[in-house]
Amino acid sequence: MASKKKLDKTTSRETLKRILRYIKRYRLGVTASILMAALTVALTLYVPVLIGQGIDLILGPGQVDYEELVKVLTKMGAIVLITAAAQWLMNHINNVITYRVVKDIRTRAFNHLEVLPLSYLDVHPTGDLVSRIIADIDQFSEGLLLGFTQLFTGAMTILGTLLFMLSINPLITLVVVCITPVSFLVANFIAKRTFTMFQKQSQARGELTSLIDENLGNLKVVQAFGHQEESQKTFEEINGRLAGYSLRATFFSSITNPATRFVNGLVYAGVGTAGAYGVIRGFLSVGQLSSFLNYANQYTKPFNEISGVVTELQNALASASRVFDLMDQTPIPEDKENACQLNDATGRVDLDHVDFSYVPEVRLIEDFSLAVKPGQRIALVGPTGCGKTTVINLLMRFYDVNQGAIRVDGLDIRDVTRRSLRQSYGMVLQETWLKSGTIRENIAYGRPEASMEEIIAAAKEAHAHSFIKRMPKGYDTAITEDGGNLSQGQKQLLCIARVMLSLPPMLILDEATSSIDTRTEIRIQRAFSKMMEGRTSFIVAHRLSTIKEADVILVMKDGHIIEQGNHQELLEQGGFYAELYQSQFAVV
Amino acid sequence: MKRLLSYLSHYKLESIMGPLFKMLEASFELFVPLVVANMIDVGIRNQDTGYIFQMGGLLILLGIIGLACSLTAQYFAAKAAVSTASCLRNDLFSHISHLSYTEIDTVGTSTLITRMTSDINQVQTGINMVLRLFLRSPFVVFGAMVMAFTVDVQAAMIFVLVIPLLSAVVFGILLVSMPLYKKVQKQLDQVMLTTRENLLGVRVIRAFNRQRSETARFEEENDQLVRFQVFVGKISALLNPITYIMIQFATIAVIWVGARQVDGGVITQGKVVALVNYMSQILIELIKLANLIITISKSVACMNRVDSIFCLEPSIQEKEGAKAQQEEGAAGAGAGIPRVEFDQVSFLYAGSTEESLSHMDFTVKKGETVGIIGGTGSGKSTVVNLIPRFYDIASGSVKVDGVDVREFPLEELRGKIGVVPQKSVLFQGSLRENMQWGKKDATDEEIYQALDIAQAREFVDSKNKGLDLPIEQGGRNLSGGQKQRLTIARALVRKPEILILDDSASALDFATDARLRKALREHTGDMTVFLVSQRAATIKNADQILVLDDGKLAGKGTHKELLTSCQLYREICLSQFSKEEVERDGQ
Repeated sequence: MASKKKLDKTTSRETLKRILRYIKRYRLGVTASILMAALTVALTLYVPVLIGQGIDLILGPGQVDYEELVKVLTKMGAIVLITAAAQWLMNHINNVITYRVVKDIRTRAFNHLEVLPLSYLDVHPTGDLVSRIIADIDQFSEGLLLGFTQLFTGAMTILGTLLFMLSINPLITLVVVCITPVSFLVANFIAKRTFTMFQKQSQARGELTSLIDENLGNLKVVQAFGHQEESQKTFEEINGRLAGYSLRATFFSSITNPATRFVNGLVYAGVGTAGAYGVIRGFLSVGQLSSFLNYANQYTKPFNEISGVVTELQNALASASRVFDLMDQTPIPEDKENACQLNDATGRVDLDHVDFSYVPEVRLIEDFSLAVKPGQRIALVGPTGCGKTTVINLLMRFYDVNQGAIRVDGLDIRDVTRRSLRQSYGMVLQETWLKSGTIRENIAYGRPEASMEEIIAAAKEAHAHSFIKRMPKGYDTAITEDGGNLSQGQKQLLCIARVMLSLPPMLILDEATSSIDTRTEIRIQRAFSKMMEGRTSFIVAHRLSTIKEADVILVMKDGHIIEQGNHQELLEQGGFYAELYQSQFAVV
Repeated sequence: MKRLLSYLSHYKLESIMGPLFKMLEASFELFVPLVVANMIDVGIRNQDTGYIFQMGGLLILLGIIGLACSLTAQYFAAKAAVSTASCLRNDLFSHISHLSYTEIDTVGTSTLITRMTSDINQVQTGINMVLRLFLRSPFVVFGAMVMAFTVDVQAAMIFVLVIPLLSAVVFGILLVSMPLYKKVQKQLDQVMLTTRENLLGVRVIRAFNRQRSETARFEEENDQLVRFQVFVGKISALLNPITYIMIQFATIAVIWVGARQVDGGVITQGKVVALVNYMSQILIELIKLANLIITISKSVACMNRVDSIFCLEPSIQEKEGAKAQQEEGAAGAGAGIPRVEFDQVSFLYAGSTEESLSHMDFTVKKGETVGIIGGTGSGKSTVVNLIPRFYDIASGSVKVDGVDVREFPLEELRGKIGVVPQKSVLFQGSLRENMQWGKKDATDEEIYQALDIAQAREFVDSKNKGLDLPIEQGGRNLSGGQKQRLTIARALVRKPEILILDDSASALDFATDARLRKALREHTGDMTVFLVSQRAATIKNADQILVLDDGKLAGKGTHKELLTSCQLYREICLSQFSKEEVERDGQ
């Protein structure tokens, strides 16, 4: 436990150092901000002195020194104006620095995402990564801003107040200093109590949220089985518990304000009494007493703020370290220095004794060899989740093989640039991903410089032109996030058009298992066969017709390639493929 | 708002006592400057040390009373807020549970979840803050002004002038910056969308080598965000300096007027100190009030959103006086009355102008297996959703056992039917608990029987935990195929008269799928089975196949009949089987 805490401390110190490195670029701004803060604090603290001086000039009937009073008040007015200006400038500089630093970090984090290997992205939930780049960085920005504005000025205010008070009267300052620790004791007591209650509250809340997620997320199932009453019962039980914890957590945390006000009141009473006594004894003027009272009001406030800022900063550090953790992930290695361009590939692909597994414990592809001649069709067959994407991952070099080699036109794909390798493949996946933007931008995704004629030609070849024409704005129709306004089949046609536009020498196609209406399905098939003419194609196949026409069928199961051959050969083998094939036509 | 008040009225005592004690506390606070003024004017003038200590004691006493009042107030406020939110949550959950599919579709489950969680939490915070502060802050502001009047009318006039001015500035800045903050939030959402999009499409982006342009776009959006943030920051950074200037200038005025009054013998020096103190109290409270308003406006928006859910009425209502159809039904089904009958059924989804189903006409006999095939959006799922009356139809009638489904009590109707939804969903708990969703008092034996038929027995046994096998949330610890088989078993436990499999075997490999269909046929006896699928192989042996195209019945009959009579069915088969097979079957 102790060692863990220590470790946490060092990591948070590391994190802090890194943040400072980002801030360093803005050192001029930071210096200005600090100067402004110092000025603001000093002047803010000087104002009560002036008020005190003013009051001392108003002793009683006939004992008012107007001439001096005007001088003091004018001075005060000028100082107030300067203070306000300095304060605004400080806030503005802080805003600018914070938001720029945050932007720098966010952009870097995003850039890093683009170079992270898929092996990292595949195993980390999208929601988690998004929340690091959005929520965590936001949390961090809030913490940083608060830290800038309040931590520093707060500390300076406390120090400054003490100095000013000391300069007026050390004895009464002593009174203030003595009462202050009470405030810490109280705050500490409350914080401890609140913390455990908040923990229990968030636990109960989490429990309730997951129940809500489960039951409302699947409300249709709940209703189909008439399970509403049972769910309600469980819900009310957890909700009741939550209410209990919430009440205590809310109450304890809301004690903070009255309690500090009370301590503040104690300081006030102490200063008032001691001060008045001092006036009688003659070592203090009424005006000075008023300044003291003014300070007493201001003095405890920063303590409160600072304790708030410290928690906020701790959160911010935690968030920042999550972001940095992401940024520290090793990116994919650069292309080899002497990597060559793969131009106009003929489409010969050789897999040479390939070994591959995502994790060492689960071995997947072992000693797999395959020679694909230009223009051949390779069908990947097997039940869902059997690892057909693994093959795509290797061909496109989203993952590197562990052993052996994959060669295109005789070149090891690790010796060519990723860019040119990927340019040589056209890929249509079943999970149709479209970018938010217009239809035109999406078709031209692979070749942004393509002319309108070329785009339309590609759309026509993909049998997508007719439905695009019917869209409200034709090719300029905006596609909403994840293509919400298009049907699954239309999305697939667009993905085909996207590949059709550049039509590289090799293809990776993923036949849709379901969810496409028959007419579109037929169009997609036609588009597919158009594309495949004379091109080396790897097809994740579901249709028997496609499978039968393939030159080589790779049968996969649980991530392994278990059989390899053409339709006839595989049927004769009488293995898994034969079973698959027969089961589809078995009499039920 | 009305609804909230009616909930609060259950906690009348708490909701009244909270603000009341808060105001009491505030009034004690307002006495403090007067006590200090007395210290100066009486104690110091008369050199009366005793009096000064008395007043010091009084200040501490005021503090203690204030603390007591305030703690009481906080307790009542917390109690009222927490209890109200808790009731609200219970009722909303129950209300949502009883909405029908139409409302669930229109609102969306993720929205419903947000309403249940973060929105109600925000309402709770809002109530708490309102009860604590909403009365207190204005009370202190006006109280300070009133106290100033008791001290000196002329000086008090400065208060009368400054308070509205200050309020105007504080709320003006608030009003200007709030919509700007919304803009910032919106831009942040945009940045988030881009990030999400990039993660989801990472393979495509890399395949097309577009990383650089994606980065450029992100940077552009990020820049825009910073511009918005800095702009709104510039405006809200005005708040503190401007209020500071106003209060300090008012203080200068108070001192000046005070000097004149003291000179004229109207008030004393101590009173001037008191006036200055009142002025600084006002500033603190006004800032608090501004923050409070932000919280309140957020909470009100949340409450309105919650309220709009409460206002949804389930569109499917049991017919008044719907009584059990058990006897008549049983008698009828025994004879030639079909188990399920669609008579000229048309149906539209809410908000849609086009019919999703039109003039659907078919009858299904007891014990028959019906296959339904067609493309997405052709209405396959819609047909089977009408049988348990998840939606109400626009015209025609859906009959089960010869009785219109609208005549049944919902529980009786749905009790006859076992549904296996498209998405396999399991719930956190043991396997046994999940299976008992189908039948509340199902014995282990009954459950094992269902698992056997659903081809799930083997993998359940292999886990060696029997029916106590823990299922994690959403069934995370099971594979897609395993989940699907368990949801089938869950429906079978009920021994339903009608079993609906809505594309429920998509995650099964062909072999398991075939075994499952075989077992279903052998064990279900006179159960009527609806098989919805995209795979022709799954449904080709059904007693009756319905071919749907764009909401219309394109064909009805057996595999063999349809191959010759239905062009669309032929096309579907041709796209999935080889030509020879289709021709062989067609002969």
